[in-house]
Amino acid sequence: MSAVTTRTRPAEPGGTPATPARITPLGTIQNGLQLAWRSVLKIKANPEEVFGLMLQPVMFVTLFVFVFGQAMMGDWQAYRDFLMPGIIAQSVIFATLGTGFSLSQDVEKGIFDRFRSLPIARSAPLTGAILGDLVRYTITVVMVLLVGILIGFRPEGGAGGVVVAAALVLLFAFALCWMSAFVGMIVRTPMAVQAFGMILMFPLTFSSSAFVNPEDMPSWLQVVAANNPVTHVVDAMRALMLGTGDATGPVLWTVVWSAIFTAVFFPLAVWAYRRRT
Amino acid sequence: MTDAIRAEGLVKQFKGKRALDGVDLTARTGAVLGVLGPNGSGKTTMVRILATLLRPDGGHAEVGGYDVVRQPHEVRRLIGLTGQYAAVDADLTGTQNVILIARLLGFNRAQARVRAAELLERFELTDAADRPAKTYSGGMRRRLDLAASLVGRPALLYLDEPTTGLDPHSRNGLWDVVRGLVDDGVTVLLTTQYLEEADQLADDLMVLDHGRMISRGTPEELKDQAGNQVLEVRTVDTGQLSLAARIIEAVTSTPVVSDGLLASVPVTSSGVLPEVVRRLDEQGVAVAELSLRKPSLDEVFLALTGHTADEEKTTDETVDEGARA
Repeated sequence: MSAVTTRTRPAEPGGTPATPARITPLGTIQNGLQLAWRSVLKIKANPEEVFGLMLQPVMFVTLFVFVFGQAMMGDWQAYRDFLMPGIIAQSVIFATLGTGFSLSQDVEKGIFDRFRSLPIARSAPLTGAILGDLVRYTITVVMVLLVGILIGFRPEGGAGGVVVAAALVLLFAFALCWMSAFVGMIVRTPMAVQAFGMILMFPLTFSSSAFVNPEDMPSWLQVVAANNPVTHVVDAMRALMLGTGDATGPVLWTVVWSAIFTAVFFPLAVWAYRRRT
Repeated sequence: MTDAIRAEGLVKQFKGKRALDGVDLTARTGAVLGVLGPNGSGKTTMVRILATLLRPDGGHAEVGGYDVVRQPHEVRRLIGLTGQYAAVDADLTGTQNVILIARLLGFNRAQARVRAAELLERFELTDAADRPAKTYSGGMRRRLDLAASLVGRPALLYLDEPTTGLDPHSRNGLWDVVRGLVDDGVTVLLTTQYLEEADQLADDLMVLDHGRMISRGTPEELKDQAGNQVLEVRTVDTGQLSLAARIIEAVTSTPVVSDGLLASVPVTSSGVLPEVVRRLDEQGVAVAELSLRKPSLDEVFLALTGHTADEEKTTDETVDEGARA
């Protein structure tokens, strides 16, 4: 069969590097980064999508603060400060839906077939997409924060507290996006991913401490809220950003929940990805 | 001469339905193997197995001497794949699409840029190089897809229905590209629903139906089996059509298909034409239209399998979907 292999790389001007005989760990990282570059290009190619990404949190912040603020706490400024960590968490959690959506699209359009027929690391299309999405989540955090600052939000926790809170919510989003990826792989169409995700994400974020103090909820809902991972994330962010209370407990819980989500959904996502592609 | 692809007894099932039911295949190095078949005949499933995208449930396949199941990485180093759906990223520009593949294949930034410019030039996409692929026409997307599959200079190129949905001009352009690649020594595996395409490009042909190979040979041999041409007759009075059909049957000794308005039959030479005309005239059949044309894929199928290619489409499409899921 050498006739075929020797033909692989005919000498041509411009030069074609030989693809490696086997995939090294370094190669795996490089492939992942190259595909993350693709995700970033896609963000740049769709400024309207970034705009949409911004618009929803802007809308949520302004509507919640000005519509509910007075009624909730008798003072919209107080509610704004209470709400900001919650709304950042909610925006990022919703943004993780995009991961499943775009993966599902890539499978549907046959783009994954192209990647998988190349001599590259098998995990690269998945890790690349998720690395790229972390950029997207970061943009979301920054945008929501900017809107908050624009309407007078001055986090008492200072820059340090804000940065740690942002890192924490990004960690949680990273854990959650494996769930989104898993859903993206098992549900047939991108639209179904969207619909399914909404059904999952709305109750998850609303039955937490993100928008309302759980003490004001009916007792059964309080139980739900107390055990909702989003509550821990939001409580941790609140403590860090507003400089109120001890963040240690909720921070630890957030890390634990992130570890649990990753431990459960990372293998599931990889399994579904291998099965589907 | 060695074989670039050799497969024996390939079997693939989707939900209990056999998409491939024991297919053997050999593709000669440097030649074009055409795989002809209707929707759902198993063409795409076969290509996906040979491209390491699907594991066969049974059988064995080697590409360039490497086993597709046990040595997928080695196989991937040899092949380029252009799917039925143009698998380019619509958000990325032409250049970005090609550079992405080049970078994945280990080109450095400068090399990748050179290779992208080179390929886009070759496929006449230079003017559109910096536009997002979503602004491309169907033909342009197909060319970009092909360019992307050629980045690593594959020894083997799989073209899965490369011209489906293309206008005749784009289709001819693509055919020229394929011929050029063959001149460069690339082995091509081409699936198609179009007899003419197979005839134009393939050195060897195999015909798939319901996951089985029902015929193989050169395009010439296949056409001899199925008839070179089709004779069609329309009578002025449709009541005379069955009489006309009997007359033609007597001359060609081949069963005539009639839909009540038109009688048609495959013929191997146009020599029967005068005889048919003479006898129709003798029997007083008033002919409205009499023509000879090339057979369609349906007719080839009818000749080879006894049923038309269309008939089973609805049930088979689910299998094709399964192949992608």
